Amino acid sequence: MQRVKEPKEIETKRKIKRCREDVIFDTVIFIILTVILVIVAYPLYWVIISSISDPIAVSGGKVLWRPIGFTLKGYAEVFKNESVMRGFFNAIIITVVGVCVNLAVTLPTAYALSRDKFGGRKIITMFYMVTMFFSGGLIPTYLVVRNLQMLNSIWALVLPGCLSVYNMIVARTFFKSNISEELYEAAEIDGCTQGRFFFSIALPLSAAITAILVLYYGVGHWNAYFSALVYISDPEKYPLQLVLRNILITNQTALSQTATTEAARAALREKQQLIEVMKYSLIIISSVPVLIMYPFIQKHFVKGVMIGSVKG
Amino acid sequence: MSAKTKQPKKKGTTVRAFKRDVSLYLFCLPGIILTFIFSYIPMYGVQLAFRRYNAKAGIWGSPWVGLYYFQRFFESPYFESTIKNTLILSLYGLIVSFPIPILLALLLNSFRHKRYRKIIQTVTYAPNFISTVVMCGMIILFLSPTVGVIGNVMKTFTGDAVNLMAKKEFWRHIYIWTGVWQSMGWNSVIYFAALSGISPELHEAAKCDGATKFQLIRYIDFPSILPTATILLIMNCGSILSIGFEKAYLLQNDLNLQVSEIISTYVYKVGLINNDMSYSTAIGLFNTVINLIMLLIVNKAADKLSGNSLW
Repeated sequence: MQRVKEPKEIETKRKIKRCREDVIFDTVIFIILTVILVIVAYPLYWVIISSISDPIAVSGGKVLWRPIGFTLKGYAEVFKNESVMRGFFNAIIITVVGVCVNLAVTLPTAYALSRDKFGGRKIITMFYMVTMFFSGGLIPTYLVVRNLQMLNSIWALVLPGCLSVYNMIVARTFFKSNISEELYEAAEIDGCTQGRFFFSIALPLSAAITAILVLYYGVGHWNAYFSALVYISDPEKYPLQLVLRNILITNQTALSQTATTEAARAALREKQQLIEVMKYSLIIISSVPVLIMYPFIQKHFVKGVMIGSVKG
Repeated sequence: MSAKTKQPKKKGTTVRAFKRDVSLYLFCLPGIILTFIFSYIPMYGVQLAFRRYNAKAGIWGSPWVGLYYFQRFFESPYFESTIKNTLILSLYGLIVSFPIPILLALLLNSFRHKRYRKIIQTVTYAPNFISTVVMCGMIILFLSPTVGVIGNVMKTFTGDAVNLMAKKEFWRHIYIWTGVWQSMGWNSVIYFAALSGISPELHEAAKCDGATKFQLIRYIDFPSILPTATILLIMNCGSILSIGFEKAYLLQNDLNLQVSEIISTYVYKVGLINNDMSYSTAIGLFNTVINLIMLLIVNKAADKLSGNSLW
């Protein structure tokens, strides 16, 4: 263990002077954090500059530090793409409907389970906990959805995950600490029922948790692709993420013709480069809804994590 | 539904208690019904793993075949490779992506420049909100030998660019480290929150006794986030074989399939692409059971060692 020589270091300044070890330590932390910042930020920056650069430079791999030959062709291409636009539209509907269902199920459940005097609290909590650790798995769930005739419908994406146990616990913790039993007792004396209390007193006091749930569930629906991959087979009903997968990952773009003449080959190459740039623009556009909300999201999401961590 | 039949146990006043709580039971009803349909019925349907699925007869009419599908899985060449791939991937992931957020939170917490810290936090949280599809699209573009950054950097140094996505020895590293890139900031939030709950008096007292910054971290900050870390470690161990389908499936290609075929992607392909429902259910059930056992073991161990456990 190294000892710090302090008597000489402490001077009559207002602040205690940092010892040499601490100076080194602070510098090291600063350097490490800056490196992390650059590593995280650079790929994001690279996508942005690539999306507004000249297609030729992008497909040649020239765009590294700054945009080359500013153009918005990639964005124009995205908006011309019918399946992307349809996917966008579908995703908005799924997200809105999904969040409404999620809230309608999660909030009342969380409220009921937050009441200490509620007799069924333990057993219902158990009922949900079991689903966290044990599940039927992909195929049995798929068969249930299929038997309910929900394949290719929005309900297959919305109903199976209508209540996330984690989110419910976050909401329950919030209700427990913010809507006190005494408040209900006071209202009860004035003749208020549980139902009315929940809708006209508890809910208006719970804007914060509602916002958190909207964001958690909303981002979840917007970014989800697995359930759509399993349950949706009609391309007309593909949500955005599935369309994105076809373009970004499996490269399904309408470029199957083979060129024979020189001119046709050049045109084809140009088209290919354009598609390449379109990918970057697509990444940006598909993330726009989340990006716009990001400042909010960050604040609320962090709040959500903290509420959740109270009861780990 | 099932809750209604289970009445609260209170001395003699059961009916009255139930009457009092009836609206609360009603509040729980939609969630219970939907969870029952989409979680509990599939749990019951898991017996498909022991029956030969017949589309006409449905699950209940299909003939019972016992452990046939489990045996088939244990004997198939995929048994070893998928389990091995899944285990390696999740253990590697656990070793790398579990401590990094803790370190990041500790560093951020002892970094005094508030403004710069805020910037770092905002930027490192951001990738968490990128969808898996976009993330994988970015990875493929970034690593592409022709348009990507890595390819071009390699070209300038070695004159030749390799397609990293086609090399199976790189696949796991790509998978794990891009995961770190995406989630380290976000995963550090919970630790950061725990750290900001430490009373500043502790730090001041230690400073008066001449503690260096490193010692503050070592003896105050670190022990105080240990309980949080243990709980999260238990949770992570419990899901050790349930590593996500989404990213692995998207990053797969024919050239790296040897290392990238994990249980969940295999279950998907067997069940919904090859339509071998019973076999897929059996593999899935095997996976769930192993997870459950792992969780119980780790929880018990953590309880014995540190007194922190889920229950």
